[in-house]
Amino acid sequence: MFGKLSLSAIPYDQSITIGAVGGAVLLGLVILGLLTYYRKWTYLYKEWLTSLDHKKIGIMYIILALVMLLRGFSDAILMRAQQAVAAGGSFGYLHPEHFNQIFSAHGSIMIIFAAMPFLVGLMNIVVPQQIGARDVAFPFMNSLSLWLTTAGALLVMVSLGVGEFSQAGWSGYSPLTQIEYSPGTGVDYWIWSFQIAGIGSTLTGINFLVTIIKMRAPGMKAMRMPLFVWTTFLTMVLVVWAFPVLTAALAMLTLDRYLGMHFFSNTFGGNMMMYANLFWTWGHPEVYILILPAFGIFSEVVATFSKKRLFSYTSMVWATAVITVLSFSVWMHHFFTMGASPNVNLFFGIATMLIAVPTGVKTFNWLFTMYRGRISFTTPMYWTLGFIVSFAIGGSAGVLLSIPPADYVLHNSLFLIAHFHNVIIPGALFGFFAGYSYWFPKAVGFRLKENWGKRAFWCWLIGFYLAFIPLYVLGFMGMPRRLAHYANLTWHPYLLVAALGVAVILLGIVFQGIQLLVSIKERRTLGDPTGDPWDGRTLEWMTSSPPAVYNFPKIPVVNEIDAFVDMKEKGVAYQRPDQYNDIEMPKNAPHGLIIGALAFVFGFAIVWYIWWLAILAALGMLFTVIARSVDDDIHYVIPAAEVERIENERYRQLATVAKRHPAYEQTTPEPVLEM
Amino acid sequence: MTTDASTIGIAHFEEVEHPDSVGIQILGFWLYLMSDLIIFATLFATFAVLGRNYAGGPTGKELFELPYVMGETLLLLFSSVTYGLVMLAVHDGKKKWVLIGLAATFLLGLGFVSMEINEFYGMIAEGHGPDRSAFLSSFFTLVGTHGTHVTFGLIWMAVMIGQVATKGLTSPVQSRLMRLSMFWHFLDIIWIGIFSIVYLMGVM
Repeated sequence: MFGKLSLSAIPYDQSITIGAVGGAVLLGLVILGLLTYYRKWTYLYKEWLTSLDHKKIGIMYIILALVMLLRGFSDAILMRAQQAVAAGGSFGYLHPEHFNQIFSAHGSIMIIFAAMPFLVGLMNIVVPQQIGARDVAFPFMNSLSLWLTTAGALLVMVSLGVGEFSQAGWSGYSPLTQIEYSPGTGVDYWIWSFQIAGIGSTLTGINFLVTIIKMRAPGMKAMRMPLFVWTTFLTMVLVVWAFPVLTAALAMLTLDRYLGMHFFSNTFGGNMMMYANLFWTWGHPEVYILILPAFGIFSEVVATFSKKRLFSYTSMVWATAVITVLSFSVWMHHFFTMGASPNVNLFFGIATMLIAVPTGVKTFNWLFTMYRGRISFTTPMYWTLGFIVSFAIGGSAGVLLSIPPADYVLHNSLFLIAHFHNVIIPGALFGFFAGYSYWFPKAVGFRLKENWGKRAFWCWLIGFYLAFIPLYVLGFMGMPRRLAHYANLTWHPYLLVAALGVAVILLGIVFQGIQLLVSIKERRTLGDPTGDPWDGRTLEWMTSSPPAVYNFPKIPVVNEIDAFVDMKEKGVAYQRPDQYNDIEMPKNAPHGLIIGALAFVFGFAIVWYIWWLAILAALGMLFTVIARSVDDDIHYVIPAAEVERIENERYRQLATVAKRHPAYEQTTPEPVLEM
Repeated sequence: MTTDASTIGIAHFEEVEHPDSVGIQILGFWLYLMSDLIIFATLFATFAVLGRNYAGGPTGKELFELPYVMGETLLLLFSSVTYGLVMLAVHDGKKKWVLIGLAATFLLGLGFVSMEINEFYGMIAEGHGPDRSAFLSSFFTLVGTHGTHVTFGLIWMAVMIGQVATKGLTSPVQSRLMRLSMFWHFLDIIWIGIFSIVYLMGVM
């Protein structure tokens, strides 16, 4: 009836796990209680969970990302604390099997359930507005992607309290992941959470490609698209090319485990290196899927806060395109030690080094954008500057690792850990934080408090260096990754410094929490009545903050690269149209939420071999898809009069601002003031 | 009334207000097919690597019966022809012929899937299942993934027969028939690859 599931699956004996589960359940109950007390269930369901509005979906993605970022970071604290004490005669407080689960969960969560939702969330909020569209191409599929990602994240969270998580690392190499060597449910939780979220990502990729190809405002030619739109486009090309490979590789691993097949086993003709090849055929482009959107964010931020057009826009676009293509030709550098011929290793080594060239082009473009700019040092700009300096170090470490003989020495050591954290934290995460503080007023209508943002930045930056520079040294000293205990006491001082670094980062995260609370409290003084708090350059700053559901009452026409600057210079940015038309928008729909919930049930059932439940959930998903697909009545119309009422309110707000700040006067024409 | 759009930055063109939704759906479906193609490419690549690892078990030459597989192939190819006729009938607005064509396509597709299941069943019954060797794992997975796609195509086709019968050839229904057509022909192309690389090269 319940497959492999029994009460013994709950790890009562592990006090740390039970504490974490208890805390999570308690927090969940408090949230549910508050929702019930304030009678917000209907509001939550109608306005958020079933919403197809790209801006709300984007906000939900980012909430998911922040929650999972906290979870992944607590794993990091546990690991650093363990390695700070488990030296010589002491074995620390974590059992090695538990330690293995923690590093596997940390990697899986940070890549798939923190970074991916963060970047997709920012794209959702920003990209349709930057191209002058009212929504994405497939609003329903967008909601479906969100709930599939959430279902995967929920599976990882449940594995904490019911059963175990994988001990095979986030990359899940075979044959360790074969059923003989990992007979528990951990690997299955890992497989199904990746699989479900991965399908969501592929759908997101298709959605944004079509959105950017088909739904740009008139006049927005390819070479007039904002850089963030370009990097989103190329990222989504990578998603649609790479994620299906992961889907297929995980499916084959599933068949090995569930049906005794021999794809990646080391018996009956299986080939375990086939798995490594397929995994990294997805995995390396995935690295660029994380970092290219951040490059786009930095490009937007650096131009806005230098009050200049981005230096060498064209080379920036081409550099991104070159990285996109090259990212598919370097996967083998993840396992030079496989023992392919020197010529094969040479090819992949040179291809890897080549990526430094377009990346260098980008770095210089950002620097030259700032050169002779009128820079304002806001929080997003701090993140950008911290990124440029730190990323140069991490990137150089990568070029060093791309030399196959050097890689043979450093492979699987802490040098590698230092390198990829050195590119992913300043590269991707700082970018997302820059985007978070840059677009926060657009999404919710008020700015984040600058002082707490800057304090958080300094903690992150200093904490990052304290936590990871010692790991470079430890790598040269020969310390391997993923050690629950070590006997070599000369490593100990460096690991103490690394643990201190994590404590400083924790302080940064606390400051970010304070920043959010303080900003909510002071939302009136931090309010953004104009919709353009930073004197922005691109179309998303043309809408109100937060934007009306339809974003633009009239679709704007684009004549320049920085379309909004162009409009402001011509004095037409806030010009009122002669008349408004009816606007057609997608209706809310519960099907995405239902399919996500069923996907979670399916994943849980199949992890525990509860076949009847898995079949029921799969049939439920099929019927929900069919029910949605036969529905022809999926739009509603906002009447022109209603649009006019909303826009009148916006112009009234703009007029009050114009009285206080004459700067807005010239862009707010007279007739508007009289309204 | 009309103001010069380029000077005020606001478009007054009606067509912008109603984006080309059919074109958007078709492009989205093309991209989905390309992503699916990458899944098949991965499975083909795996078959290319593992396809001769018999592990002491049977080889393709011993297992495959080409005339039988040729029969499957003909069923699938003819189903593509009948679906082509369905699309012609859609263009002419002939609902009855659309339904007849869909039914014929459905039966041919069902015949294909049944023959494939029968082939699989025979192999497994003789102890040559997917757990016998890496060759058989990759064979069953590649061919079976295609068969699963055809099965989903059949479910979709059944739903479309219902929609054409109840709703008629409305614009959304036509758009769905068009996408099902793309899906069906796509599966045909994949099958040509499977027939050539797995079966023909397997018995060589």
